[in-house]
Amino acid sequence: MEAGRPLGAARRRLGAAFWRRPWLRPVVLLLPPLAWMTILYLAALGVLFVSAFWGVDAFTGKLVHTWSLANFDTLIHEPTYRTIAIRTIVMAALVTITDAIIALPFAYFMARIAPPRLRSLLFVLVLLPLWASYLGRIYAWRLILAKEGALNWSLDKVGLPTVDIAYTNTAMWIVFSYIWLPFMILPIYAAFERIPDSYLEASRDLGARNWTTFRRVILPLALPGIVAGSIFTFSLTLGDYITPDLIGSKDFIGNVIYRNVLGLTNNLPFAAAYATVPLIVMAVYLALARRTGAFEAL
Amino acid sequence: METRATRYALGVWTLLVVLFLWIPLALICVYAFNSSNIQSWPIAGFSVKWFREAWQNQEARDALWLSIKVALLSTGIALVLGSAAAFAVARYSFFGRDTVSFLLVLPIALPGVVSGVALASFFTFGAIPFSLWTIVIGHATFCVVVVFNNAVARLRRTTTSLTEASMDLGADGWQTFRFVTLPVLSTALVSGALLSFALSLDEVIVTLFTAGAQNTLPIWILGNLRLGQELPQVNVVIFFVLAVTTVPVIIAQRLTRDAGILRRR
Repeated sequence: MEAGRPLGAARRRLGAAFWRRPWLRPVVLLLPPLAWMTILYLAALGVLFVSAFWGVDAFTGKLVHTWSLANFDTLIHEPTYRTIAIRTIVMAALVTITDAIIALPFAYFMARIAPPRLRSLLFVLVLLPLWASYLGRIYAWRLILAKEGALNWSLDKVGLPTVDIAYTNTAMWIVFSYIWLPFMILPIYAAFERIPDSYLEASRDLGARNWTTFRRVILPLALPGIVAGSIFTFSLTLGDYITPDLIGSKDFIGNVIYRNVLGLTNNLPFAAAYATVPLIVMAVYLALARRTGAFEAL
Repeated sequence: METRATRYALGVWTLLVVLFLWIPLALICVYAFNSSNIQSWPIAGFSVKWFREAWQNQEARDALWLSIKVALLSTGIALVLGSAAAFAVARYSFFGRDTVSFLLVLPIALPGVVSGVALASFFTFGAIPFSLWTIVIGHATFCVVVVFNNAVARLRRTTTSLTEASMDLGADGWQTFRFVTLPVLSTALVSGALLSFALSLDEVIVTLFTAGAQNTLPIWILGNLRLGQELPQVNVVIFFVLAVTTVPVIIAQRLTRDAGILRRR
């Protein structure tokens, strides 16, 4: 008991010090997380941005710390890189639209029609694939789409002609839509669930039919959820180089970056310059998304 | 308010989506029991022999051990940083509060390859050699937001009157924290920690850039998938990972009930 006293006194003095200076608490609380994020993450993004203007000596392969726009010049004037960038962005947009179309009716059923027990079950059935092994899910599709895989086997069984879509853009579109689908469903579900029934009753009382209520009341209220989901599906597709590597045969932005950092090409400044493309695309996307209130729905 | 036909159609759609989500997962589990080492469908026969092989695979074991160390460290760091930030954001108002939330979400809102190459150039130009800690730095950075979102949501729902009552009854700041705040927050923190752990255990897009020559479990899996070697063992390891990540996700889901991806209400 005696030994506990000085400690208690010190604790109380500390408490009093905090009480006298109310501004001190949030400062002490925020300092470690902000320091971590600034020193290790924002600084890393800063280094990335700066190194995009450096270069690599063509003969020695050593870094040259002189400022130049050569990397960006290559990016803009080399048609290959333009094609890859466009392919990646179009794929990200397609996947986002596909997932939104699949997710909307599903989330609606889950939030507004399913009884509570079924709703919880569906929730877990969506949540588990979201956290389940990312590589496992990609690999499963490689097995399904293979020539001797489950898809062709099933098509053959029901008497349909087999398809040969392994390692095509179609395969990538299917697999991307598959792996990111739960990221779209959950925010839309949350948005649907938050709409009070009284709004729908009011809409009906004012003479709106079902479809009108859906279009003019439910959908606008669900929009932040859809946008929140699209941030994930869009950004995850933009930043993925493993799915194209395992499922497709064409390069994405990420593949070029990966090869320049860890592959044989070994040109970190060029990789950094190319990484600014998805970075800028996402910055614009996030700035637009912020206006719809999507950040509260994340 | 929907017509009967609409409800029926929506129900069918829901069923189809569930099948779409789960058939690939079920299939990969079946392949773990494939007796042949040729990965075609249907599987040649039922066998558990690859489980023994995978268990005895030293590379896979080392990779798993590294992944567990990384996940524990990242989760620990994320718990401290995430809950501190959550307290500040939920309990105090100050200039730039929204910016703090935004900054914490940034690592997962930005494309993975961008974070990866940023960290890679940071370590390269900072002359920091790749180690366990470079992986942990990457993982902790995007695990913070998972803990943060769980904690913030819980703090926003609980009123400050509980802490006030505690102080009125003579408890000091530490006692209030220990006996009032922490119990209120505990399940949200456990849930955040479990999800961080699962996230770290599975991450590969950023990890490849921060691991150097080290193998985490996903990197080991990816390496074999790329080269098409040891596929039967890979099937078993994926089956194992699926089974293991199911547990924390279900526990986290039971502890808290919410619909957000990163935030359990």
